[in-house]
Amino acid sequence: MTAKKVTGSQALILSLLEEGVDTIFGYPGGAIMPVYDALYDFDQNVKHILTRHEQGAIHGAQGYARVTGKPGVCFATSGPGATNLMTGIADAMIDSTPLVCITGQVASPLLGTDAFQESDIVGMSITVTKWNYQVTTPEEIPEAIAQAFYIANSGRPGPVLIDLTKDAQFGELDFEYKKCTKIRSYLPETPVDPHQVKAAAELIDAAKKPLLLFGHGIIIGRAEEELKAFVEKTGIPAAWTIMGLSALPTDHPQNVGMLGMHGNYGPNLLTNEADLIIAVGMRFDDRVTGKVSEYAKKAKIIHLEIDPAEVDKIVKTDVRVVGDAKKSLKMLTANVKENQHSEWLGEFNKCMAIEKEKVIDKDLHPTKPGLTMGEVIRLASEKTNHDAILVTDVGQHQMVAQRYFKFKTSRSNVTSGGLGTMGFCLPASMGAQLGAPDRTIIAVIGDGGFQMTIQELGTIAQNKLPVKIIVLNNNFLGMVRQWQQLFFDKRYSFTELQNPDFIMIGKGFGIEGHKVEKREDLDAGVQKMIDHDGPYLLEVVIEKEDNVFPMVPTGASVSDVLLEP
Amino acid sequence: MKKEFIVTVYSENHIGLLARITIMFTRRKINIESLTVSESAIKGIFKFTIVIQETEAQVKKVVGQLEKQIDILKAFYHTNDEMVYQEIALYKVPIEPIYESDDIENMVRNAGARILEITKNYVVIEKTGHKEETQALFEELNKFKVMQFIRSGRVAITRDPIERLSEFLKERDALLDSMD
Repeated sequence: MTAKKVTGSQALILSLLEEGVDTIFGYPGGAIMPVYDALYDFDQNVKHILTRHEQGAIHGAQGYARVTGKPGVCFATSGPGATNLMTGIADAMIDSTPLVCITGQVASPLLGTDAFQESDIVGMSITVTKWNYQVTTPEEIPEAIAQAFYIANSGRPGPVLIDLTKDAQFGELDFEYKKCTKIRSYLPETPVDPHQVKAAAELIDAAKKPLLLFGHGIIIGRAEEELKAFVEKTGIPAAWTIMGLSALPTDHPQNVGMLGMHGNYGPNLLTNEADLIIAVGMRFDDRVTGKVSEYAKKAKIIHLEIDPAEVDKIVKTDVRVVGDAKKSLKMLTANVKENQHSEWLGEFNKCMAIEKEKVIDKDLHPTKPGLTMGEVIRLASEKTNHDAILVTDVGQHQMVAQRYFKFKTSRSNVTSGGLGTMGFCLPASMGAQLGAPDRTIIAVIGDGGFQMTIQELGTIAQNKLPVKIIVLNNNFLGMVRQWQQLFFDKRYSFTELQNPDFIMIGKGFGIEGHKVEKREDLDAGVQKMIDHDGPYLLEVVIEKEDNVFPMVPTGASVSDVLLEP
Repeated sequence: MKKEFIVTVYSENHIGLLARITIMFTRRKINIESLTVSESAIKGIFKFTIVIQETEAQVKKVVGQLEKQIDILKAFYHTNDEMVYQEIALYKVPIEPIYESDDIENMVRNAGARILEITKNYVVIEKTGHKEETQALFEELNKFKVMQFIRSGRVAITRDPIERLSEFLKERDALLDSMD
């Protein structure tokens, strides 16, 4: 390719096109205007989604990245534009989501002078970015963008921020693009050590009660087939973290359910009975382990993980297999003997029967008049043939949705797992829809989180994104209220909400919707939402003071999981 | 149990990396007791020498998280007895009381210190050594009322016979080539 003279802004757009970017989420402003001016000429090549707030842009980019596996791209201006991205960047960092964030910056002679809309976004975002870099000359742009894409989506993915000063956007350069394929100081993944694989295989073959825990690493590493092959050959029960949900179909006979604070009874209780834990692409979050000093004490631990810093961080491992899960699982499967663990699997089924009687039946087939979150979510799952993409916010509805929505296809569960960002769902759902235009997107949100980013209804309407939004309304910040009830003597300190008429708000944005208050209207209501051509808002009024169970109280051991208060 | 560790970090020479490194300590509320940065024997690669008080388990985790930073090539941690290390101290002492005392020669000689500058108002003395040694000289000189005292961060070299960084760079290059 011969070099041609372009401006820094044009070079940025050309670089993004070289990286295959088809969608950008963003919000213009003073310090990024040259970029937006350049973008004006490329509207045939790339779609720009104008959100209503920069937080909407970054969560949109996250939703897009999570369903496609490609880096999400977002633009924001300097100062407040950039700082408004911060929550989403932190969210992407902790959930290993590849993002390339481009922020405008004041012209380089003004750096450090407290110029209008100047903020030190590179300094501020250090702890929440995988890498960040400030570009002050146009010549640096192609290489910086190439490195940004390489870093964001290799190894353990994460967010990258490139800060472009206004003079770098205006200046000219000879444009030539070369993709980045290596960086001396960065090793995205370690080759899998066959000796460690052998050591792991020996433990697996000898184990009587092995339990496999899988996380986001399976989805990121596209290792779903390898996971399935491993569990089927070994007969080992497999439990998931919420970030790993959908990597193995819900109805797979060895899928024993969800780990952690509001996970299933069996996986929590039996973690402390297992004699071997095989953790793949997960990082032993405190919501998964409960009290670490009492976690899986009877078990040896094998950890398959791409990020060496995660190994031994929380739980001491006996065998570490560092590397990409797709490769390590394949090698492991080749090294283990065929096996069955029917009796051990039977213990999970027994636990499930207990949980069904104590919790699940009450959630899915309630006899009391008030609607439950569980019945709404299961119905939405059934009516989409368990093949929709589920996007959730944070709180009670999130936990219930993870428990009762069913999945056939991987990469179909988009939630804010590590950071727990309220307001994530609505903008992430539009990103998910843009990334997966042929899939049905079900966005499940609580009445609290809905009001944090409710303005993105405008973006959804403007771009005619057919997202199906279910607002589960209990007029409470439900999860906080649940904790207040259980651990703070029912002192409901600032958790009750006076909500607006959500349906009228939706209509104001041009989005159809209706409200369901009675069980007999639920089925038709959900059906109407799914059948509707275009975005739809279904508000379901649910029982005010329902709780999510099972529950591992904070600081308790996983085997102290409660089925009722 | 907390004890003194020397963390050495080898990195590319990029702006902002110092903040990225120190923040890895501060987020775990670890105080950095001493920090020196300079170009290493290998051109373009910078070496950070950081002294902290911590438990080994914590240090290990911090070092793991440091290595994960894109612009960092490698990080190591060592106990004091695994390294040869020095700090440099400068003392500015008023000239009058020194004239009137017979001790200065012995002090400088015994401490292996040296005099860098003499003016009609003060003397500047330099000493290298471990913190206890530079501190001891400070206590002695302070009978003349030291006007200014400064001690540098630590510089350190491993006792290990293998040059770990050059070995590491060779391995890394081979690994990166094998990825193509």
